[in-house]
Parts: sequence; C-alpha cells; structure tokens
Amino acid sequence: MSLRIIVLAKQVPDTRNVGKDAMKADGTVNRAALPAIFNPEDLNALEQALRLKDANPGTTVTLLTMGPGRAAEIIREGLYRGADGGFLLTDRAFAGADTLATSYALSMAIRKIKEYDIILCGRQAIDGDTAQVGPQVAEKLGLNQITYAEEIFGVENGKITVKRRLERGVETVEAKLPIVITVNGSAPDCRPRNAKLVQKYKHAKTVTEKQEASADYLELFSTRPYLNLTDWNVADVNADVVQCGLSGSPTKVKRIENVIFQAKESKTLQPTDGEMDELMKELIANHTIG
Amino acid sequence: MANFYLDNPSLKHHLQHPMMKRIVELKERNYADKDKFDYAPVDFEDAMDSYDKVLEIVGEICGDIIAPNAEGVDHDGPTVTNGRVTYAPGTQQNLEAVRKAGLMGIAMPRRYDGLNFPIVPYIMAADLVARADAGFENLWGLQDCAETLYEFGNEDQHKRYIPRVCAGETMSMDLTEPDAGSDLQAVMLKATYSEKDGCWYLNGVKRFITNGDADIHLVLARSEEGTKDARGLSMFVYDKRNGGVNVRRIENKMGIKGSPTCELVYRNAKAELCGDRKLGLIKYVMGLMNGARLGIMAQAVGISEAACREGLAYARERKQFGKAIIEFPAVYEMLALMRAKADASRSMLYETARFVDMYKALDDISKERKLTPEERTEMKYYGKLADAFTPMGKGITTEYANQNAYDAIQIHGGSGFMKDYACERLYRDARITNIYEGTTQLQVVAAIRHVTTGTYLNRIREYETMTYKPELEYLRKKLVNMTNKYEKLVAKITEPKDNEYLDFHARRLVETATHCVFGYLLLQDANADDSFRRSAEVYINYGQAEVNKIESYINDFSIEDLGFYKA
Repeated sequence: MSLRIIVLAKQVPDTRNVGKDAMKADGTVNRAALPAIFNPEDLNALEQALRLKDANPGTTVTLLTMGPGRAAEIIREGLYRGADGGFLLTDRAFAGADTLATSYALSMAIRKIKEYDIILCGRQAIDGDTAQVGPQVAEKLGLNQITYAEEIFGVENGKITVKRRLERGVETVEAKLPIVITVNGSAPDCRPRNAKLVQKYKHAKTVTEKQEASADYLELFSTRPYLNLTDWNVADVNADVVQCGLSGSPTKVKRIENVIFQAKESKTLQPTDGEMDELMKELIANHTIG
Repeated sequence: MANFYLDNPSLKHHLQHPMMKRIVELKERNYADKDKFDYAPVDFEDAMDSYDKVLEIVGEICGDIIAPNAEGVDHDGPTVTNGRVTYAPGTQQNLEAVRKAGLMGIAMPRRYDGLNFPIVPYIMAADLVARADAGFENLWGLQDCAETLYEFGNEDQHKRYIPRVCAGETMSMDLTEPDAGSDLQAVMLKATYSEKDGCWYLNGVKRFITNGDADIHLVLARSEEGTKDARGLSMFVYDKRNGGVNVRRIENKMGIKGSPTCELVYRNAKAELCGDRKLGLIKYVMGLMNGARLGIMAQAVGISEAACREGLAYARERKQFGKAIIEFPAVYEMLALMRAKADASRSMLYETARFVDMYKALDDISKERKLTPEERTEMKYYGKLADAFTPMGKGITTEYANQNAYDAIQIHGGSGFMKDYACERLYRDARITNIYEGTTQLQVVAAIRHVTTGTYLNRIREYETMTYKPELEYLRKKLVNMTNKYEKLVAKITEPKDNEYLDFHARRLVETATHCVFGYLLLQDANADDSFRRSAEVYINYGQAEVNKIESYINDFSIEDLGFYKA
C-alpha cells in the first residue's frame, strides 16, 4: 500500500567534533563555531522512511523541520536522498522553544499537512539529548507511538511491525497507523545523496531564500515548480503565538556549569579490587562522578 | 566523517581549468538538455557546480565507506562457488553505496540515464575511489566499457545495455587468454555464427579477466575461421542473463585483492556482435584500452596520494632520537619528492583527460552533424595529444605510484613491513598498475612514436611559450635547458637509423620528455596557485638531475655496447 510519511528533522550544531570555542563564555553553545548538520538520528529516521517508500510504491516522504531560514538545507538534504517535499517552520516567534513549544509547533504543522500515516523522527537531537519531542508530538496529536525503533519490518492491513532496541535486548511490536515512530541511532545509516537528485534540487529555495538569492536562476522557479520550497510562519499553521517559542517554554535554564576536562597523562590500572577501589575514590573526590 | 574531495584542494584546482569552458560547451551541446531533463545544467557555471557537488558525494562515500572497508576487503577477498563470484562483504557495501548515489554511468548521455559528465570529473571520481581502495576502483572503473559500447555499438545496443550500467550493473572486458597477454593478436576464443539461431556463439577460455562475473561483458573473439592475426578478431557483447560463461577459478593475487580476477570458460555462450566484424582488435579494443589506461592512471594517482598521506602522517607522529622523524633531511626529502611525484602525476592525469574530452566530444558531435573545418582541426589536434599523453602518463605515473608506495613503507620502517599499517596494502596494490593494461615497457613502445615524430617536443615548446609569473622564470629556464637536452638526445639516438638502438634507449627518451612535460604542468599549476610552488620546485630539481643522468648514460654509450646486454 502507498503510505504518506512525514519525517521530523532538525538542523543541529555538530557537537561530535567540538573544539575549544564550542561554548561561549556564558555557557551556551557557540553555533557559529560549529557546522550545522542534519541531526544524525533524524537521518536514520529518513532512511527508514525511504525504505518504506522503496517497498511501497506510491509512498510519499515529506520533511518537516523548524529552525532559522538556513534550516531549509535540511529539506534539500532530504530531497537529495529521495524525499518528495518538505516544509520549513520558520518565524521569530518560534525562537527559544523548549521541547514542549517545539512539539506544539510541529504538531500544528502536522495538523496543517493533515494527511499522513506515519511520522518518523530520530530518537533525540545531539544538541539537547532530551528524546522528548517525538513522544510529545504523538501525545499532542493523540497518536500511537513506538520509540527506539531499529528496523521497520513492514506495513500490512493498517498495522506496522517494528523492532525496538532496548537496553538489554530487542522487542518486536505491532501497532495501528497512524503512528509516531522515533528511530534509534543503531538503525541503518542513511543512504548517500543521489547524483541526479542533487542536480535536480540544488536550486530549490524557500520564499525567504529566493529574496536573498542572486538573480541568476530565478526563471527556473516558474519552469521547475518543484524548486519552490514552502516556509510557514506561526499564522500559517494556525498556532497560538503564546504557546510558541520562549513564551511557550516552561523550561528555564537555571545555571550552566562549564566543565573543562583536564586530562593529563593516562594511567594504567591493574584489574584488582584494590586499584578499582582507589580509582572510585579518586573519581568521587574530584567530582567526576557522584 | 572524512571527505576525500574536500580534504584535497588540488582537485578543485584541476576541475576549474580554463579549458573546461570549451569542454563543457561541447559536451552539453549548448545546454540543450536543460528542457528535457530535470537534472541537466542550464549554463556553464551550473554544470561546474553540479560536478563539484557530485564529486563531494563521491568524496564522502570514499572517506566514510570505501576507505574504512578497504582493509577488510583486502583480507576477505571475493570467493567463487558453482561458477559464480561473490564479492567480499565490504565490496558489496561499496557497490550498494555507489549505486544508491547514482555514480554508475557518470559519463553516459542522459537519454540512457547517465549523468553526461565530461571525462575530467569522471576521472576525478576514479582518482578519489582509488585513493580509498585501488581494488574497488577496478569494479567501479569498468563502467568505462559502457563508453566503448556507446562509441561502437548500435542504437539498439545502447538502449538495451547502457541504462542497465547506469542503474548499477557491472561490466568486464574479456580480452586476455592463457596464450594471449600483451600480444592480443593471438586471441583464440572462437565465435561462430549460427544461421539457424541468428546469433553468435562463443567457445573457449579467457584468463586474468577483471570482474569476470560481470553482468555485461565485452569480449574479443576470433570470428574469422582460419585467421591467425588481428584482422580475424571481432568484438562481442555477452549478457550474463543469457548464460554460457562460468568462472572456473579466481586468481590469488598479491594486491587489489578485492577485485576478482577470473578464468572464464565459454560454452556456447550466446553473444552479439558489437560494431563491425574484423575491427575488434584494430579499432575497438584500441579505443577500449586507451580509456582503460586513463583509468589506470587515475588508479596510480589515487595510490600515490594515499601513499603520501600515510607517509606524512607517520613521519609526523613517529619520534626517534627525541624528535619527529619528519625533521630529518633523509625523511623530509623523501616526503617532498613523493608529494611532487603525486602532484605531477595528477596534473598529467587531468591534462590527458582534457585532451580525451576534447576529441571525444567532437567525435560524438560528428555523428550528429558535419564538423566545421576548424572543429575537425581541433579534433585532430587533441586526438593526437591524447594518443601521445595516454601511454606517457600511464607508463610513468604508475611507476611513481610504485615508488611512492615503496617510500611510504620505508618511512614506516619496520612497522611498514607489518600488516598493521595501510602502506603495505598500497605497496601490493600499486604493483599491478605498471603491468596491466599494457606494461610500462609497452607504453614506451606506444610513446616512442611521439618522440620520433615530435608530438612531445612540439607540445613542450608550446608550454614554453605560455606566460608565467616573473618569479617562476628561473624554473622555466631550467625546463628550457632540459628540453634542449631532450632534443639533442633524440637526434643522437635516431641519427644512426638503427631500430634496436632506438628501442634500447626508448624508455630513457620517453622519460626525458616526461620530465619536461611534468615540469611544465607543475609550473602552470604553480603559476595559477601558489600551493603548487613547492612541488614544482622539487619536481623540476629532480627531473633536471634525472635528465642529466640519462644524458650522461646515452653520451657514454656507443651502439656497439648493445652486444654486452644481449642474452
């Protein structure tokens, strides 16, 4: 059967290779110093969506992302790999959102998209590590949810069968559509960008980007309609502005501690109880643990 | 998270060469595809941007998938069961990635689902793949056979086969046999036409066939019964779907172990003729081999690059006598020369690729319309240069790949002799490059014509007259001096009109011409981009000394000395 899939994806600072200037003096992330990338587990989710598309002809994969104007790159990255389209939620009013405000905005956008069978997203984003947005979206939309998915076996008679990666093993579950599924990093890596699709979609732009772009390829937007990407603001998705962004975020950062690891020389320990005991005492004493 | 395209700025430099404007214009027929295909470029800048973006994908796959798999693939290798080959798991993963990324059929026209890229970006992808895993470059690079099928096959064959290659099916070129290696005229595989079935059947054995269990094969076979030379050979297409060819065994090789080298048995294998009868070797295989030689050149450049990087990384990190070994002159000299040879090889690769692009694009246009007299001259000019530069480049860059791999091990010392470091694999992989697709000795046979007829000298003199920055003038002077010596040496060797004497010194003459050509190419690179300055300096110093050595050898050699060398 053909499916309508929405993939929630986030543009995040690449926190995997952080240098000295990754944090600002006030303890917040220095986004300028870190390259903006497709959140890794969202790529795992996209791959699951594309596999469902491969197995179910007629399936469409739509990306939904929230962020500043440059987050349109997430939609293009999706198109380069085989997605069919995407929406960018972008508005100053969305800024400063915690997971509650984010899931509210995303759920409003999903209501606007209206028709869907499966919503896929990564388990969590590498900049916050909360793993809350997927489940919150499911709650807000009143949908079933499967978290920690590692493999989707297939869809039959309106039911989906999914393998979940748990702490001490795996579990295979079945649930009715429509559904929200969060995908674990242990799921297969996303396929590479495709040479033809990159050439097809490289000029794709949102309305905002078109206003900024040099006038070179503007005529293409009328002859190649698929190059027009949609961006939505608060009003476009009928959202209540108070529930968005900072005002909609009950999470307040109380204090940020800048922990600097000062590794000097490595130490080799013998696997004896005595040495382990010493190590524990040392780690507790210097507040590495506890 | 490595990207082999982005971490090597010299690639963009070569991609941006001024000649690309003309090449792309010819290849894109003034961008006529833009209204027919959603992925066709609308203008020159758009096309160049597409090459850049696609190479970025290739670089990412090389860095993240192919290179990390290389050690495992080298260890596992392919296996054969019941006449069929199974690739190593890493190879399967690599193939899956390049297929999904749409990187097969890069140079094929869009109407057959290709990307219609010129040879330059196509060969650049080969350069990247080879750096990641030289053995895998063979499987990926055999898509080149589609080029031959496109050039010499008919429209119907194009339609049936090329889209399959673009979708990721692999190819092989089945040329050599147990008694026909360098001497392909001796090919015996028998092709018989059956009036009853209206098709050809192949019977016999082929040996040393790279990727011999491919989906689509180009086969050289004897179609004219009773003949013994090249004129009795034709080229055929064998489709694995039809059956009839089994893999008897795969060779246990020293290097490029991931690439299956097969012995094939043909038993009434149904095949179709490609092109005209009797032109198999004299026309089509020659075309096929020239393309393949460019591919091997790219393979050599990739290996040279990898060897430089392995050597450099180790020399920086390894400390002896209280300091990093890169600080010792004996080591840094080696590294500088390795870099210079790799850079020179790469410049040669793209110079040759541009020549091939020019004449192939014009040749392709000539099938649609009559060329203008200017275009015909242009095609002839570049065709000749491609003909001259291919054997010189293949011959010498593969020798440099070997030398670089050798030196990379030397820098590693005892550790380099162990299986723990990549340099030992590079060393084994490099060893075939100056043997297959024609040994260096055979490249010299092809190149010597261009020594005696002056193709090289004319081109070198053209390089001489190009404009260079004043601060590079002294390097140009060194090259002029080397060229003058080359001219004198050629005169001296050809003067007695003794073929054996000429053959004896042929390699020395080709190498002398090579040092001049490589020197000028690096000088042009340095002229455009200062980061090449060091390699230009180091290479020209090296080339100059080599030319002096050759000059001394030849000048002290008398024709009677030949007798001492004979068996």
